[in-house]
Amino acid sequence: MYVAVKGGEKAIDAAHDWLGEVRRGDPDIAELSLAQIREQMTLAVDRVMSEGSLFDPDLAALAIKQSRGDLIEAIFLIRAYRTTLPRFGASHPVETDTMQCQRRISATFKDVPGGQILGPTFDYTHRLLDFKLAAEGNAPDTSTQDAPDLAAERKPHVMEFLNKDGLIESAEATDETPPDLTREPLELPANRALRLQNLTRADEGFLLGLAYSTQRGYARNHAFVGELRIGKVAVEMDIPELGFSIEIGEMTVTECETVNQFKGSKTEPPQFTRGYGLVFGQCERKAISMALVDRALRWKELGEDFAGAPAQDEEFVLSHSDNIQATGFLEHIKLPHYVDFQSELELIRSIRTAATAALAETKIAAE
Amino acid sequence: MDDQTKRKNRMGLLAKSAPQTVKRLCETLCASHSFEWLRQPETGGVMVRGRTGGTGSAFNMGEVTVTRCSLRLDEGTVGHGYVQGRDKTHATQAALVDALMQTPAADRIETEILQPLRETRVRQQAAIQARANATKVDFFTMVRGDD
Repeated sequence: MYVAVKGGEKAIDAAHDWLGEVRRGDPDIAELSLAQIREQMTLAVDRVMSEGSLFDPDLAALAIKQSRGDLIEAIFLIRAYRTTLPRFGASHPVETDTMQCQRRISATFKDVPGGQILGPTFDYTHRLLDFKLAAEGNAPDTSTQDAPDLAAERKPHVMEFLNKDGLIESAEATDETPPDLTREPLELPANRALRLQNLTRADEGFLLGLAYSTQRGYARNHAFVGELRIGKVAVEMDIPELGFSIEIGEMTVTECETVNQFKGSKTEPPQFTRGYGLVFGQCERKAISMALVDRALRWKELGEDFAGAPAQDEEFVLSHSDNIQATGFLEHIKLPHYVDFQSELELIRSIRTAATAALAETKIAAE
Repeated sequence: MDDQTKRKNRMGLLAKSAPQTVKRLCETLCASHSFEWLRQPETGGVMVRGRTGGTGSAFNMGEVTVTRCSLRLDEGTVGHGYVQGRDKTHATQAALVDALMQTPAADRIETEILQPLRETRVRQQAAIQARANATKVDFFTMVRGDD
């Protein structure tokens, strides 16, 4: 029950002043600039953009600074800002096969045409603290090869090569306008487009846990990473005043396609099935998790059995994946609930009085 | 290439170029032309879509900030600007270049602004590509023992 409370303005102002001070930290240490956050905390910026559901690195950097590095609080700020923007329209679907890849690996196809490109990865590092970074140093050397032929560098999807024998299910395009959960409340059962929208803005930790649960046997779906790619794609949109479409910008995205072992079902032949992840920025763990959870949620359309696993339960996954909804409801219980609590207290008191009286009566009767 | 494709390409180039680069190249040009607004620069969101499985049906990924404006030069030519981000100067300069490319000033704009932007872009892409190619790896499968 919500009841307005009054008072406390002075205390709240003082609390916010103090918040400002601790956000700044020791004034003898140089203040962080937004450009520093944007350029040097890039993966935090990417996470805030992907879960905040708004691509704008400068705003994400501002949100991270304002939230003292609490990324869920930063995502909250971005979501709130997002609602103030007029919607100009929707883009054409980004064509990820035209991506200029800075990373592109396949765990299933060793000699993939175009090559395995590691890119700027933590993989194969030793996970030992690097104390060289603690000492302020110069920018690292950049070593590059000769000028490459850009036109020849297009990297087709690995799936195109893997599927020469038709052993992998295909993904055909339709002209359907996808549902938008920022405009219409989420309704279940959801189609795959709606599920993917939910998953791409979902909390990384929640998706990671669910994806891991499928690997450990809760609705195991035997996923291999068919392809993981990170790079820039152009965003193209129809411009009504021009009567044709133009590219309005470009953004880094992470795409993960899994191929999953599938013995076949009543409706589908034995084949490899697929899970899909596509996320703003460089969010590799999230993209892989998204693909695994997407695949787990597809049990119905593939005619698989419901194993009762959390990752298969659409209602469970989609209703609990959003960290802003979750934190909003969770954290509201710390706000004043005095009236609620007062009534609970009255109730407990009266029940206890009745119980004590009843106990006394039985005792007397026993004697 | 027809006129529409050319216009489409240069508007995309202006949108994808860094605001500060566009600003630096357009400074003198912008000072020397006056125009009236058809639509003042405004910032909004565009819903970005992806494709299921990379090739399938569309789904909504999330929004991107975009700034747009429309203007008319004194001689009557109309230009539009649509650029990613919240930079109103960037959008204005994109619209101005779009308008001026339909006037006799086109050749000058082409050499002084669009050509340098194109070169910058190719240089940046080549740098990323070279970095990426340096991390290209060959995995060897080791031959297993007989046991």
